[in-house]
Amino acid sequence: MSKSYSLFKKDLHSELRTRYAINSLAMFIIVTLSVILFSIGNETISQSLTGGLFWVVIFFTSMSGLSRVFVSEEERGTSLTLQLIAAPSTVFSGKLLFNLILVFAMNTVIAILYSALFEAFIIKNFGLFIVSFILGNIGLAFASTIIAAIISKAGAKGTLYPVLSFPILLPLILTSVQLTLFSIDGTSFETAQFELAIVVCYDVIILTVSYLLFDFIWKE
Amino acid sequence: MSEYSLFADSVNKTFGRRLIFKDIRFKLDSSTIFGISGPNGSGKSTLVKIIANIISPSSGKLIHNLNGSEIKPERLHNHIGLVSPYLVLYDEFTAYENLNYFSEIRGISFNNERVDNLLNKFLLFNRRDDLVKTYSSGMKQRLKFIFALMHSPQLIILDEPTSNLDDEGKEVVYELIKEEGSRNIVIIASNEKTDLLLCNERINLDEYKN
Repeated sequence: MSKSYSLFKKDLHSELRTRYAINSLAMFIIVTLSVILFSIGNETISQSLTGGLFWVVIFFTSMSGLSRVFVSEEERGTSLTLQLIAAPSTVFSGKLLFNLILVFAMNTVIAILYSALFEAFIIKNFGLFIVSFILGNIGLAFASTIIAAIISKAGAKGTLYPVLSFPILLPLILTSVQLTLFSIDGTSFETAQFELAIVVCYDVIILTVSYLLFDFIWKE
Repeated sequence: MSEYSLFADSVNKTFGRRLIFKDIRFKLDSSTIFGISGPNGSGKSTLVKIIANIISPSSGKLIHNLNGSEIKPERLHNHIGLVSPYLVLYDEFTAYENLNYFSEIRGISFNNERVDNLLNKFLLFNRRDDLVKTYSSGMKQRLKFIFALMHSPQLIILDEPTSNLDDEGKEVVYELIKEEGSRNIVIIASNEKTDLLLCNERINLDEYKN
């Protein structure tokens, strides 16, 4: 685990120097929220619509920045260096840790800005929102990391990432939207149990499959 | 002293329908300098990548043994040092930061004394705190040697080791090959006659096409 943490530290240090992902994520969040605000204008939107739009912003922002963990290594030609210094499981754990932190930081900023800008986005069951937000973010980080590893070896990386991510993330996004709507409606944990179980299962399955697949993806 | 041995058992590689080489067999023990020669496109770098466990052979296998027991593939990287033109270090870090991170990620303690010795030997000590992006191609090549040797590997693989180096750099490399070749396995993939003259065993990949 300490080796993975060292890889995470290396990636964080590299990110702070190169600003590969942070700049594009920040710009994307600002642009997306502005476009939604301008398109709504003076109209009042329903509470249920704000829940859906919240995850739309999260999905597209993730598509713009989370692939960088592997794509930047591949584009700079440093993948080989990583192969020479670490076992595949170390590489995947380190990159996963980086994406987890990035997803949580990015989505927390989105949630704060979103709550401040959209009056209709009022959460009645805050506990349920936090739990679904955490589980949704974990699933998003897991899935986007393994998809990033797959597409980094391909030619048309930029196009392939959202195309491949959409079917894989769809069950997670749909369930997370439903859980957000429950939080807005003030639904209890007991009623949301089924959806919460789906997200937990999704997270476990994606993580297991990722570790099983990564060796084959990483080695040409 | 640890005894390292490398055994290639009928190694074949094809890309699609194109045969790169077939039926490569050799057995190397410590204190060997082994040469891989062949014209451009003959598969020297491909064989180097297979030996370094970066890509898999289409059939056949390579067995790495340390003191008589086979090394697990996931632990192999700590026994191998590779220098090649397609190896890229992190431009945004200094030489010292690069080497420090490599040690940490390998899970070994950073050996200051060894790193400083290597930096001195390759004439990079005074530039150790400069970003790698400010280095010339020859300096980057010398840093790759430090990267390959800093963890004291038993198998050193050098793909075109003297490319981008000036005469002084080449001398340092030749000295190092002789020194490492006296106790470890050194594999040189090159077309340079002066590089191959150092080898005590050699294969020509042109002979493994049919």
